[in-house]
Amino acid sequence: MMKLSKYVLYDILRSKIIIAYTLFLFIVSLSLFQMEEDSSKAMLSLMNIILIALPLVSLVFTTIHYYNSYEFIELMLSQPLSRKKILLSEYTGISLSLLSAFLIGVGIPVAFYAASETGMAMLFTGSTLTLVFTSIAFFASVRARDKAKGIGFALLLWFYFTLIYDGIVLLILFSFSDYPLEKFTLLISALNPIDLGRIFIMLKMDVSALMGYTGALYKDFFGSGTGLLFTVGVMILWITLPLWLAVRKFRKKDI
Amino acid sequence: MKFLTLIVFLGSQLFSFANTIVVGKDKPISSITKGIELAKNGDTVKVYPGVYREGRITINKSITLIGINFPVIDGQKKFENMVISGINVKVQGFHFIDSKHSSSEDFSAINIVDATKIIIQDNKIDNAHFGIHLANSTYCTIMGNEISGKAVSEQSAGNGIHIWKSSHAFITNNHIQGHRDGIYFEFVTDSEIRNNKSENNIRYGLHFMFSHNNYYAYNTFRKNGAGVAVMYTHHVRMEHNMFEQNWGTASYAILLKDITDSWILDNQFVSNTVGIFMEGCNRIDVKQNLFSKNGWAMKVQANCVDNVISKNNFKGNTFDIATNGTMVSSSFDYNYWDKYEGYDLNKDGIGDVDYHPVSMYSMIIEQNPNALILLRSFMVTLLDKAEKAIPSLTPENLVDKKPKMRPFAL
Repeated sequence: MMKLSKYVLYDILRSKIIIAYTLFLFIVSLSLFQMEEDSSKAMLSLMNIILIALPLVSLVFTTIHYYNSYEFIELMLSQPLSRKKILLSEYTGISLSLLSAFLIGVGIPVAFYAASETGMAMLFTGSTLTLVFTSIAFFASVRARDKAKGIGFALLLWFYFTLIYDGIVLLILFSFSDYPLEKFTLLISALNPIDLGRIFIMLKMDVSALMGYTGALYKDFFGSGTGLLFTVGVMILWITLPLWLAVRKFRKKDI
Repeated sequence: MKFLTLIVFLGSQLFSFANTIVVGKDKPISSITKGIELAKNGDTVKVYPGVYREGRITINKSITLIGINFPVIDGQKKFENMVISGINVKVQGFHFIDSKHSSSEDFSAINIVDATKIIIQDNKIDNAHFGIHLANSTYCTIMGNEISGKAVSEQSAGNGIHIWKSSHAFITNNHIQGHRDGIYFEFVTDSEIRNNKSENNIRYGLHFMFSHNNYYAYNTFRKNGAGVAVMYTHHVRMEHNMFEQNWGTASYAILLKDITDSWILDNQFVSNTVGIFMEGCNRIDVKQNLFSKNGWAMKVQANCVDNVISKNNFKGNTFDIATNGTMVSSSFDYNYWDKYEGYDLNKDGIGDVDYHPVSMYSMIIEQNPNALILLRSFMVTLLDKAEKAIPSLTPENLVDKKPKMRPFAL
């Protein structure tokens, strides 16, 4: 399995896209910190990149890579290797490369300019989101045989998680504003990894605002030990569940 | 020459009259009450270290009471430690502990009633119900005291420095913590509050009502349960104060209710849930302040008229301004806003595009507090941008027409 992951990693490095991605992240985060005299403002822009661009890149890169290495996968399938192993080593290779790109590209500037709690929260969120969306992309691409369909599906998922979902939540909050929705909002935040990551960063960044009104409730929950455990647990669920579904589908799939 | 001799003569007379009475556990006079009894106007009573349990010590003549190395005056939780009335009394260097507590009466460590020119200096007050209670007095100075309480609930606790119906008080260099309100004024006029530190009080760091023409400068108010609340007052001057970390659901760095003709200048508001909350305020100048890392820098209700908010720096606040209506009758021109995204073509340091400090999302949260959970999401950013292009929800005339490009040097 490790051997296979190594080959996937070599393959990805050879295509140089991942290097370009690393450089892009590095230059963007560095220039953000250089440009803004106040590092908190740079962190804000960086958070938007982590919450929006990172999932998109993870999704699209993974789907394209999966379809491009389809022949390689077919070749591997003719070897005495279990299907589960093949898919998992593909996942390990891709997620490791994306993760290291993120940790080098964003991690180094953050460590230099903003090695605070907010910075750490951002690195945690970025890393988990990379893993989550790689996993979701696997789920999407295993389901669809057609490349265009697979990428389309992945993009739709990205739209859903970054935009549509929040729109629906806002709609619900306004339609049912007469009811006590505090517990409900806690629950729905767990159903979207991007929201969960955003709240996790926000707890460190907008502490003052969160102390007011209902914010105190979120702060009490997510700021506590249980809240942290909850966040990490849900994130792990978001990583394993789509991957597990993808593996299950891939095992029975007619290649 | 005759005149000079007269002065020297009178002076020597004065000195000869002013006796010093020494009180100590191993001295002929071993009780403070006895010492005060023997003293005449103008005398000094020196008290040596020890624990004095004498119930209520009453001072009603013009004497100076000086403690050496903080003799302890113990109220045994049964008495008020000291009651002062009259003129020209000075109490310095004592350690007051355990005054009587009550939820119906205002017992205090030092109770000053109907007095003039009293000086309370460099005392320590621990576990008192009310620390220093001043009523119906004029020209009193409260200076350098260390007041620390163990307040549990608002109902059962008293205030650190409580002043009622007085004028020309001078409160300086005190440190107050753990009381209900750090400093409480009601009907206090023409007073100065300078260089005090009020923190970790369960309600307000500073609380005043109907207290006109007062001057507050260089004070620090931090981590108080509900920040600072000031009400029904005119001609207040607040300068160079520091308000920080007043966090909570109903916590404001300053809550201004029905304040008129006042000045809030050169203050710092850092990491508060709400920096300034204004309700029913008229003609207040809010200038040269720094608002940094607050949840809301200012909440200005629609019933505020003719206030001038100018030359302030707004940096790193989650929301700059929030309001509850579309009516705006205050001016917000010439501030620095770190969220401003305009340009300056003629290089005069002032942005060419107006800045609307109220974001759409702050209006949404005002209506539906639960929506705070979506703060900083992509969806909300898009909504805010759309609102900036075509304003519909945010008050159109709450605008900075002259936004500064660079922060003011404050």
